Amino acid sequence: MSVLTITQNNFEREVLNSDKPVLLDFWASWCGPCRMLSPVVDEIAEENPQIKVGKINVDEEGDLAASFGVMSIPTLVVIKNGQVVNQSVGVVPKQKILGML
Amino acid sequence: MYDIIIIGAGPAGISAALYTLRANLNTLIIGKDGGALQQTDKIENYFGTGGVISGKELLEKGRIQAEALGAVFAKEEVVSIEWMENFTVTTQSNRYEAKAVIIATGNKRSTAKIKGIDTLEGKGVSYCAVCDAFFYRGKNVGILGSGEYALHEAMALKGVVNSITVFTDGKEITADFPEDISIVTSPVEEIQGEEKVSGVKTKDGNIYPLDGVFVALGTAGAGELARKLGLPIENNRISVNEDKSTMIPGIFAAGDCIGGVLQIATAVGEGAEAALSAIKYLKTSTSK
Repeated sequence: MSVLTITQNNFEREVLNSDKPVLLDFWASWCGPCRMLSPVVDEIAEENPQIKVGKINVDEEGDLAASFGVMSIPTLVVIKNGQVVNQSVGVVPKQKILGML
Repeated sequence: MYDIIIIGAGPAGISAALYTLRANLNTLIIGKDGGALQQTDKIENYFGTGGVISGKELLEKGRIQAEALGAVFAKEEVVSIEWMENFTVTTQSNRYEAKAVIIATGNKRSTAKIKGIDTLEGKGVSYCAVCDAFFYRGKNVGILGSGEYALHEAMALKGVVNSITVFTDGKEITADFPEDISIVTSPVEEIQGEEKVSGVKTKDGNIYPLDGVFVALGTAGAGELARKLGLPIENNRISVNEDKSTMIPGIFAAGDCIGGVLQIATAVGEGAEAALSAIKYLKTSTSK
């Protein structure tokens, strides 16, 4: 599945009310480590149609980032039935991300 | 611009240099000292030394051997690596560029654990000022550290945050911090906070309310450099592939910083492997 861009506008519909588990990637263009993690997240989206993958640009969506308490990027968050079930900071190997889902 | 920069002048780094130099690569080795090996008095388990040798002596022989092949050594401390198209390695006094990098920094032996560092990582505890300064605009932050690395992190935060307090954790200041940065030299008891960092408590009983704490203790080791680059780390070790390449094309790692048995023999072997992989990488990437 393709990766969604999550904003304040579609957050409730795409994330909170999603019937699939959601993997969120908080990132910014100036963050080197985020550029490393991004293709891994893309791959996971491609290979796992049973989950939804969204990216949140913290520059543009500061309030969303704050609502998750994001203070370091990259941060990954897994949400099931509208609830945060897992969260990780920094670049983590693909296997570990899959384990969070 | 160098073909390759090797970070670390221990057995892994120097061994790698012997290979890159013999492959005619323009090689710079950056290292503050010889790391763990320099501290070792007697080595009796390493091939070809004809008996007991000291770590210092073995390092010196290696350095002379590399210099004879044309190696350039910079006795400096690396504070950051960045990558766009090429790699930029920043030390306390210089910036160098290269097409490939081998990380052979060794690993810090037994760094003191401060309560709260692990549990509050990502909740106000950060290892990358450049990455996370944005989240602390107008806020009050602390830096754990006392040397060039801490100063480098402070400069990335200055002008963005409201105030910076450097906690040396009982160590002496070894870098030239600007005057508007407060310095606290008392040992640190803990980083406080439940959901997120609320402050730092020192052993003399003072509590400093803060919104975030940046960790820059001692020198920037493998873990810190990897975090800045975005390389995955496990237990403060850089994860590498079998050929010592990493997730970032052009960056390789060898020696104690990738874990394993922490022996000179393995460091030397891994340095060779990393160098051979780097040589192959540079050949294919420049022939495109």
